Amino acid sequence: MTRDEILNTISEILVDALAVDDDEITPSATLIGDLGAESIDILDITFKLEQEFGFKIAQGELFPEGITQDPEYVQDGLVTAKGLEMLKERGPHFDMATLEADPSVENVRKIFTVEALVNFCEQKLQAA
Amino acid sequence: MRWMWIDRVLELVPKERLVAIKHVSMAEDHLHDHFAATDVRDQLPLMPMSLVVEGMAQSAGILVGHANDFKEKVVLAKVAKAQLRKDPTPGCTLRYTATIDRFTENGASTSGVIDLFDPTTSYSDDAPAQAERIGEIDLIFSHLDRNSAGTQYPKENFVFSDSFRTILRTSGIESAF
Repeated sequence: MTRDEILNTISEILVDALAVDDDEITPSATLIGDLGAESIDILDITFKLEQEFGFKIAQGELFPEGITQDPEYVQDGLVTAKGLEMLKERGPHFDMATLEADPSVENVRKIFTVEALVNFCEQKLQAA
Repeated sequence: MRWMWIDRVLELVPKERLVAIKHVSMAEDHLHDHFAATDVRDQLPLMPMSLVVEGMAQSAGILVGHANDFKEKVVLAKVAKAQLRKDPTPGCTLRYTATIDRFTENGASTSGVIDLFDPTTSYSDDAPAQAERIGEIDLIFSHLDRNSAGTQYPKENFVFSDSFRTILRTSGIESAF
């Protein structure tokens, strides 16, 4: 499956799950910010990805959970070095450049882009 | 039992599907207001679609809850799709068929179809009322204690109340709960 094919499938899933127009789905669009996804939509999207691509997604694999509530990973509104390290390790599909430049906690959600979703699926398919 | 929108479970295949029915009765309070008469129109009693969705949510919710012996607090998180092409009126019977599509430790997704038995249009002396497919409702359920925010809830399973227990018992469904 090519990267374009993966993106097309993901676009269809996001249009269905988030009731957005397909022209809103660009690689840099953030799921929680630009596309208006809520936590429960992530569960919906996870189910749909599993169904379409045929792989299993473990809890927290797509987007690590509980980071912003953990004092080890967030202090004084900033993601700690340990937090950044954890995100890199558990989320090789994320582009961390923006968050590393400005580790404000509100920037964590910005790494969860459509492109990150494509990376995630590509990596899962390659590993299969 | 005032907030039970199914009357009986007809079939339960664990972790797969559940079929339930609901008889729509003129004695139900909500039909008196939905829709009340106006200056230009007589009273028009129809079961609101929101309650049809609730009926499907209860059917699918029991199926999802049963899959883990009702240990999880199963809550309706999202109505992924809801289409209804005909309004159920008093005297009709609705049949909900819910099927589990995905089931994980976090929750489940279900797809469901609604069939309507309307004696005034489908009954004859020779044949029982025939079902008419009138809608589809797909739902997402979350297991509340596994929420991503890490919020803690009371230990007691407040989702599956005595009303659910009674429905299962009177439907002849054996369960550990």
